[in-house]
Amino acid sequence: MNRPSLWEALRGVVRRDLLLAMRRRSDVAMSVFFLVIVASLFPLGVGPEPAVLRTIGAGVLWVAALLACLLSLGRVFTADYLDGVLEQMVLIAQPLPVLVVGKVFAHWIVSGLPVVLLSPLLGLQFGLDGEALGVLVLSLLLGTPTLSMIGAIGAALVLGVRGSGLLVALLVLPLYVPVLIFGAGAVTSSMAGMGGEANLSLLGACLVLSLFFSPWATAAALRIALE
Amino acid sequence: MNWSKYSAPLAFYPLAGKMIPWFSVVAALAIAVGLYIGLLVAPTDATQHDSYRIIFVHVPAAWMSMFLYVVMAIWAGIGMGLNARLSFMMAQAIAPTGAMFTFIALVTGCMWGKPTWGTYWVWDARLTSELILLFQYAGVMLLRTSIDDLRRADRASGVLALVGVVNIPIIYFSVQWWNTLHQGASVSMTAAPKMAAIMLTAMLLMTFGFWMYSIAVILARVRCVILERESQPAWSNPSAAPEVAEAR
Amino acid sequence: MYWGSVSEFLAMGGYGLYVWTSFIITALGITWEVLALWRRRAAALADSHGILRSTE
Repeated sequence: MNRPSLWEALRGVVRRDLLLAMRRRSDVAMSVFFLVIVASLFPLGVGPEPAVLRTIGAGVLWVAALLACLLSLGRVFTADYLDGVLEQMVLIAQPLPVLVVGKVFAHWIVSGLPVVLLSPLLGLQFGLDGEALGVLVLSLLLGTPTLSMIGAIGAALVLGVRGSGLLVALLVLPLYVPVLIFGAGAVTSSMAGMGGEANLSLLGACLVLSLFFSPWATAAALRIALE
Repeated sequence: MNWSKYSAPLAFYPLAGKMIPWFSVVAALAIAVGLYIGLLVAPTDATQHDSYRIIFVHVPAAWMSMFLYVVMAIWAGIGMGLNARLSFMMAQAIAPTGAMFTFIALVTGCMWGKPTWGTYWVWDARLTSELILLFQYAGVMLLRTSIDDLRRADRASGVLALVGVVNIPIIYFSVQWWNTLHQGASVSMTAAPKMAAIMLTAMLLMTFGFWMYSIAVILARVRCVILERESQPAWSNPSAAPEVAEAR
Repeated sequence: MYWGSVSEFLAMGGYGLYVWTSFIITALGITWEVLALWRRRAAALADSHGILRSTE
C-alpha cells in the first residue's frame, strides 16, 4: 500500500474537516452572527458619536474577532476526540504536527475567513474609511490565522476536561494579547497617518512564529490528552 | 554521594526538610538587614522623595515573579524530557509563590504609581506584562486543578507554562511599541535615575531575601505535594502502593 | 540613621500611606502564604497514613 505524501495527508485533513463543517452550517453561521451582534452592541453602549466610534472601532472589531475565534475553538478537536478519530490520527504514520496544521487551517477557513470578509462591512458601521478599512482587512487576514494557531494549543490542552469552554478562554486570552495589540494598532496608526506597515509586519512575524511553534505544542498537548 | 537517588520524591522529602530551616534563616536575615538599610539608613530620593522606598519590595517581587515563572517552566520541561515526577512536583510547588509575588508586584506598583505618575494604573509595558503574567500563573494553576488525572495535569500545565515563557517577552515589547505610538501618555516611564549605592544595596539584599524565602517556601510546599501524592490510594497511584512503602 | 523621630519615620515625607500600604501588603502576602502552607502540611500529614515512617 502506498503511503500518502505529507501534502496529500494535509489536503485530506483539510477537505474532511471542511466537508464536516459544511454539513453543520449553523455552527459556522453562529460565530459570524456573534461577531456582528457584538460589534453592533458597542455603538449602542458607547453612544452614536462618530468621532468616538472611529477611535474605538478598530479595537472593538479586533476584540470581537478574537472572541468569535475563541467561541469556535471547541470545534477544532472535540468531535474527533469523542468519536475516536483523533486517536487514529495520533497513531498513523503521518507526523501529527502536519495533521494539526490541516485541522487548524480548516478551522480558520470556517471561522476566521468569514470574519475577515465581513470586517469591511462592520468597519463602515464604525465610520472607518478607505485606507483604514483596507488595513483592517489586511490585519485580520494576517492575525486571525495566528489566533487559530494559538487557540489550537489551548483547545488541545483542555480536551475532555470539565468546564473546558471557560477554561480555554482563560488559558488562551493572555496569549492573544500581542496579536490584539499589533492588529488594532495597525488600524489606529494608519488612521493617525503613520501607516500600518510596521504593525502589519509584526503581525506577519507573529504568524510565522505561531506557524512554527504552535503545531508542535498542539501535537504535544494532543498526545498528553490521549495518553 | 549519589545525587540521583534524590530524584525519587520520598527520598527527596527528608533532604528538603533539612534545607528549609537554613534557607528560612538566611531569608529572614537578608530581609531584616535589607529593611533596616532601606527604611532607616538610606536617604530620601531627590526626585521621588520617600515614595521611592516602595521599590524595596516592588522590584524584588517583580523580579521574583518573572524568575519563578521561568524556573517553573524549566522544571516542567525537565519533567517532560526526563519523565521525572519530582520535577513536575517542583513546578506545581512554584506556581502559587510566583503568583503571590506577581500580585504583590502589581499592588505595590499601583502604590508607587499614584504618587509618582499621579494615577494608580498606567498601561505601560512593565505593568501590563506583569498583569498578563498573573493571568498566566492563574491559567497554569487552573488547568492543573481542572484535570483529575495527575500525569496528564502535570504535562498539560507544563506545556502551557512553556508556551507562556515565549509570550511574556513578546507582550513586553509589543506594549512598549504600542506606547511609543500613543505618544499622549504624559508621564515619562523610562526615567530611571541613577541609584545611590546604599539604595542598590538595600534592594539587592531584599531581592536575595525574597529569593531565599521562595526556596524555603517552595521546598515546604513540595513536601506537602509529595505527601499528598504518595499517600493516595494505590489504585490511583501505583508507585505509592503500601507494600512499596513498607519495603523501604 | 536617616530619620529624626518616629513620627517622621511613619510619615515618610508625606508618602506614608503609599509606602506603608505596600510594605504591609507584602508582609500580609508572605504571612498568608506561610500560614496556608502550615495548614496544608497538617492536612497532608493527617491523610498520609504513616507513609513517612520508613523514610524519616
